[in-house]
Amino acid sequence: MTAAALSLRARLFGSVGNTLLTIAMLGLFAVYLPALLRWAVFDATWWAASPAACRAAGGACWAFIHEKFRLVLFGRYPFEEQWRPLLALLLTIALVLAGCSLRFGWRVVVAGGLAGILAVIVLMRGGVLGLGYVPTDLWGGLPLTVFLAVGGIIGAFPLAIGLALGRRSELGVIRGICVVFIEMVRGVPLVSVLFMASFMIPLFLPGKLQVDALLRALIAITLFSAAYLAEAIRGGLQAVPAGQEQAAKALGLGYWQTSLLIVVPQALRLAIPSIANLCIGLFKDTSLVGIVGLTDLLLATKQALGDPQWRSFSLEGYLFVALLYVAFCSFISHYSRTLERRLRSNV
Amino acid sequence: MSAAALLPTRSARGWSDPGFRALATQVIALAVLAGTVAFLATNLVGNLEARSIRTGFGFLWQAAGFEIGQSFIAWSPSASFGRALLVGLLNTLVVASLGIVLSTLAGFVVGIASLSRNPLVSPLARLYVELIRNTPLLLQLYLWYAVLTQMLPAASAAPQLLPGVYLAKSGLHFPVLQHGAGPLLLAALVGVLAFACHGLWARRRAERSGVPAKLWPGLLLLLLPIVAVALERAVTASFDVPRPTRFGFSGGGMITPELTALLIGLSLYNAAFIGEILRAGILSVGRGQLEAAAALGLSRGQALRLVVIPQAMKVAVPPLASQYLNLAKNSSLAVAIGYPDLMSIGNTIINQTGQAVEVIAILMSIYLTLSLTISAFMNWYNARVALKGAS
Repeated sequence: MTAAALSLRARLFGSVGNTLLTIAMLGLFAVYLPALLRWAVFDATWWAASPAACRAAGGACWAFIHEKFRLVLFGRYPFEEQWRPLLALLLTIALVLAGCSLRFGWRVVVAGGLAGILAVIVLMRGGVLGLGYVPTDLWGGLPLTVFLAVGGIIGAFPLAIGLALGRRSELGVIRGICVVFIEMVRGVPLVSVLFMASFMIPLFLPGKLQVDALLRALIAITLFSAAYLAEAIRGGLQAVPAGQEQAAKALGLGYWQTSLLIVVPQALRLAIPSIANLCIGLFKDTSLVGIVGLTDLLLATKQALGDPQWRSFSLEGYLFVALLYVAFCSFISHYSRTLERRLRSNV
Repeated sequence: MSAAALLPTRSARGWSDPGFRALATQVIALAVLAGTVAFLATNLVGNLEARSIRTGFGFLWQAAGFEIGQSFIAWSPSASFGRALLVGLLNTLVVASLGIVLSTLAGFVVGIASLSRNPLVSPLARLYVELIRNTPLLLQLYLWYAVLTQMLPAASAAPQLLPGVYLAKSGLHFPVLQHGAGPLLLAALVGVLAFACHGLWARRRAERSGVPAKLWPGLLLLLLPIVAVALERAVTASFDVPRPTRFGFSGGGMITPELTALLIGLSLYNAAFIGEILRAGILSVGRGQLEAAAALGLSRGQALRLVVIPQAMKVAVPPLASQYLNLAKNSSLAVAIGYPDLMSIGNTIINQTGQAVEVIAILMSIYLTLSLTISAFMNWYNARVALKGAS
């Protein structure tokens, strides 16, 4: 017997307990795997005109997704115009990838980012260049989820850097304000921040000024993620050797030059793993905007399942959306590991 | 900042004087903050007047007038808004504490399974962790709620999990003791007290004699009173068993599908994170520790209990604390599936009274207090498990 086979046998049947575990697991697989496969693949209905065909087959009804995927992916955005959110989504993803690749200087990134945001708003909202006007309450689905996540993280970054620096400041008042903000936001659930934004922003602004629901949710997500991001960046700041700051001061750099040119860039690189985790968390957390009535990917799915004909296929619908979330989140974590490796080899 | 102070030759004036600059920056920051607050407050007062929304906390004593699906204290629609918030707070506390216990138990299983050398067990645990961690909790809650409310049969065809325990569309039905659970709770209290006293005594004796304390006498003391009372009740008292009828269940106790879905969702979601935390904690203990324990003649179980787990806990407690905090805050997602927790009752009150500012202030201060309490407790526990003398 080869060494690998011996080791495998030891790992499967090494001890009495392990042998029992192996047998129990094989038993479980034998009972449930065929049933699962039958439901998900063999008895499943892939294309069917009506839910009745699904019920007759008895397996999973993937035909639901075939029937409703436009509603799930784009929400209530006007059907003929759905190429616009698709284009805006692809543009956003392309720009984020380009920006994260660190191949461009910051001026290019900022200019490209601003142009991209403008292009996305024009595409989505319309009303100019011959595009029909689509109000924000019709935006929905996957593009909305991605816009909220990307917008939230972009908005949170400058705020978080300021908060992280402020929390380490020697000035008591500044430090106090930053500590109170960070700890208060981290102490309450995102749902309560979303409620606060949707109920209270209209009350706190002058009567004439209206902020629409999408922007209110974006503000809430930005403030919420800024507090967490600030703590991640603070962790990075603490890991930058003190000699860096001292050397920068010895060269005659002032506080802002030292911080923004020397310390923060190194801190951000050190904080990549925790920032990536936050991005994944933020991407998942955008689903909470459904609670205050924005039709994101999850709420759009829920609305598609509201069709009485297809109501009994919730499992299929939610599993499909879960797969989309898994794809996006795995991509973020995979990409952050690549980035980390590349930056390490550059040092 | 001290560089300028070290130069005695020319004293800096105005903005180039670091002391003045620090003072001025702080004064400006305070002024900006005060100005913003004043601006917002003025708008708020004007807006509230314009929309003729009442202010103040007087509404807390008014009759609420709405039904609440699940309550652990007496509730009727004629009770006050303040009592409604109390009902919500209790519901939140129940979900959060049950969720913490269940997810810790499940997390232990996940953590140990993903460390298992068995090639059938660990990949399954890894797959579970990856799938759960990469999908939103809200999605999982919707999924469980849909499974519980749409795919389960109605009462007449409900599957019987244990004798007298049914899982149906209408919730989880189980038998309850006819004459209340008072004596059982008392027995549980006596058991816990006896367990704690025995533990203290056994530890002191173990420290004096050097002979390690045994666990089973303590466990016996813990369980004996409960088992005794339960047996006595089972013999003498009768159970109120749920009976399936054509229109639902009659009799017995019931957990609503909302609470069941919330508990399953929260526990399974957090179990994935807790499993990862425990795995990282155990992996952080060096191999040398296990080898040294074996060289000292400790058995594998002793080595785990006395050497590995204490050191692993030291690493695992801080992230575990923030995971528990997350769970408590995430219990507010109850609002999405209609379990009447603090957040969803707050939401109802806002819709009824329009007093968003007051209600949200109350909600946020309650959640803040909860968070601070949990983190204070975990800090205390962390200080206890931290290595004495190590930094």
